[in-house]
Amino acid sequence: MLRIEDLHASVAETPILKGVQLSIGPGEVHAIMGPNGSGKSTLSKVLAGDESYTVESGRVDFEGQNLFEMPPEERARAGLFLGFQYPVEIPGVNNSYFLKAALNAARAARGEPEIDPVSFLKRVRERAQWVGLDDSLLKRPVNAGFSGGEKKRNEIFHLAVLEPRLAILDETDSGLDIDALRAVADGVNRMRDPQRSFLLITHYQRLLSYIEPDYVHVMVRGQIVRSGGKELAAELERSGYAAFEDEEAA
Amino acid sequence: MAADKSDEALEGLAQRGYSAGFYTDIEQEFAPPGLDESTIRFISDKKREPAWMLEWRLEAYRNWLGMTAPQWQKVRFAPIDFQAISYYAAPKRGPASLDEVDPKLLETYAKLGIPLHEQKMLAGVQEQEPAPGTAAGETTKPRVAVDAVFDSVSVTTTFKEELARSGVIFCSISEALRDHPELVRRYIGTVVSRRDNFFAALNSAVFSDGSFVYIPEGVECPMELSTYFRINAGHTGQFERTLIIAERGSSVSYLEGCTAPQRDEHQLHAAVVELIAHEDARIKYSTVQNWYPGDEQGRGGVYNFVTKRGLCAGARSKISWTQVETGSAITWKYPSCVLQGDDSQGEFYSVAVTRGRQQADTGTKMIHIGRNTRSQILSKGVSADDADQTYRGLVKILPSAAGARNYSQCDSMLLSDRCGAHTFPYLDVRHPSAQLEHEATTSRISDEQIFYCKQRGISEEDAVSMIVNGFCKEVFQELPMEFAVEAQKLLEITLENSVG
Repeated sequence: MLRIEDLHASVAETPILKGVQLSIGPGEVHAIMGPNGSGKSTLSKVLAGDESYTVESGRVDFEGQNLFEMPPEERARAGLFLGFQYPVEIPGVNNSYFLKAALNAARAARGEPEIDPVSFLKRVRERAQWVGLDDSLLKRPVNAGFSGGEKKRNEIFHLAVLEPRLAILDETDSGLDIDALRAVADGVNRMRDPQRSFLLITHYQRLLSYIEPDYVHVMVRGQIVRSGGKELAAELERSGYAAFEDEEAA
Repeated sequence: MAADKSDEALEGLAQRGYSAGFYTDIEQEFAPPGLDESTIRFISDKKREPAWMLEWRLEAYRNWLGMTAPQWQKVRFAPIDFQAISYYAAPKRGPASLDEVDPKLLETYAKLGIPLHEQKMLAGVQEQEPAPGTAAGETTKPRVAVDAVFDSVSVTTTFKEELARSGVIFCSISEALRDHPELVRRYIGTVVSRRDNFFAALNSAVFSDGSFVYIPEGVECPMELSTYFRINAGHTGQFERTLIIAERGSSVSYLEGCTAPQRDEHQLHAAVVELIAHEDARIKYSTVQNWYPGDEQGRGGVYNFVTKRGLCAGARSKISWTQVETGSAITWKYPSCVLQGDDSQGEFYSVAVTRGRQQADTGTKMIHIGRNTRSQILSKGVSADDADQTYRGLVKILPSAAGARNYSQCDSMLLSDRCGAHTFPYLDVRHPSAQLEHEATTSRISDEQIFYCKQRGISEEDAVSMIVNGFCKEVFQELPMEFAVEAQKLLEITLENSVG
């Protein structure tokens, strides 16, 4: 599904990622944890193709294609989804209209016809329920005037409608109360599928008690310094990140 | 919608975004360039006008000679040589009836996608009801009566007879001068006088055609009325005059569309539109203006200097202007409402899009005279490339206008760091009970917004068009359905490659 090899990336000439290695297979759920400034969010932005980050070296293959040869919209259409840490407001653009355009762009890229309005409506209603998104938010402009919790639910709602192959969730849990966190986790768990992979980026272990990962990675200063099973998250919770500060890349 | 890029759009792109830039090779009759009293006599004679009309024109011309072109607007252009313009151009083959219309002319309108070319209606069969078995889409399509004006003359008006049955008069102003001279004489120049401004005076002297609408008392006009204006000939000015009268308790929705071929020289379009709404009457006037904007260096393009004004003469009357302005090298127009009747209402909804070297100085005037008069202004300006745009509006509350209210909102969106947006809202309030609200915003499309859209699989172009359409939505909602779709398409074509 995704293979990251020796990835180096910088922002405004400051190196952030310093040789990231990671492989994600189909159906796997990976979590990357790490302290603030370790490069977790940078990794998600680089994978999605944010132009404010510069890839210095390394290679990423996504479903057998060289990711860095694809512009961001092609990556999205090929099934790479990023749930934003800070979802962006798009005034004037109706949320479900936006999703329909997104869905149809992916379908067009696969040579499929546009989704018919009835199926689309059905899908949208059903998935909104999955994440507990209020129906009224479907007709409102994308994220405009949404509360913090509503914005995060809306990201998971987009994920549920677009059905990507790989979903990267960048600190989706931050700033959520317990009910919203549960709703978000329910949505993600519903979307788990042998053909769909997840990369959860989080600061806290909390999310991982709702979404059980197959693998946990610890990122420190732009490198993955330790990888393990879900028990690693518990260890982190006990010892904190300080214990990993001195470790070199695994 | 955004995702499917039609062939039309691509063709438009190939022509730097202007898809109506073709020229029709048609035999035309011209007045020689230049302007003096003999030119005016020539035009009046061509149109076989009554003597009073000629006198009216000549007086306007004498007014005009003593006037100077306005300087206060925020646009730059070289002085216009009024002696280099031809003031009359007409297709040579007379448009006496539709059968006689030059087929090339019909082709032109067909290219422009004008419903006029719905052949069934035009083939002379006058088949009003769709035959059984026609596509469902056609039966539900609202019917629109069209008056088409090609350079200086009106070439055809559809649905005339059906309209006449309900007493509605919809014809070219030349015909109105022949068939209903008393109505024209009573109303022409009563809202926009011959001395109103430099270009209105010029228009009064030389106007060659335009549309005339009369809705009798209590009649709700049974269909949308529409005029398409087309400048075709080179070195020609278009000076059309539109006059719409809605008698007590009547209502009408009127649409106007405009295009011109791509030419290297500037073409002058100086129209006058007058609306009169009597007691309880409603007039809705919508414009989609797509005159040729000129090329990237600012060569060519139409100067769109237009005076549009409506008089809410009677109590509880209402006039609503909606405009979508994407074309012209320079636009200045201020569709206005004079709210004379008590409880009358004026509305102005506008989307103006400028790119390349286009300049627009546009807005409205709301003159409150009657008691409890209300007005609403909603202006959306979008600028890209090196374009410059100004919203200029006046809300005037006279001492007689107790209880007047106004709400104004002016929003600008900038798509490049070289373009400009300016807002000049003038308020002149002479009654203490007036309530006025004004809101203004300026926004840009951020890189974060574009990236977010791309991350969902939406291309940058579609993202921009979506966001701009969203920005303009409240205004588009005011347009009749078919026009709203056209306006959206036009916006997409206009904004191709405008962000970068």
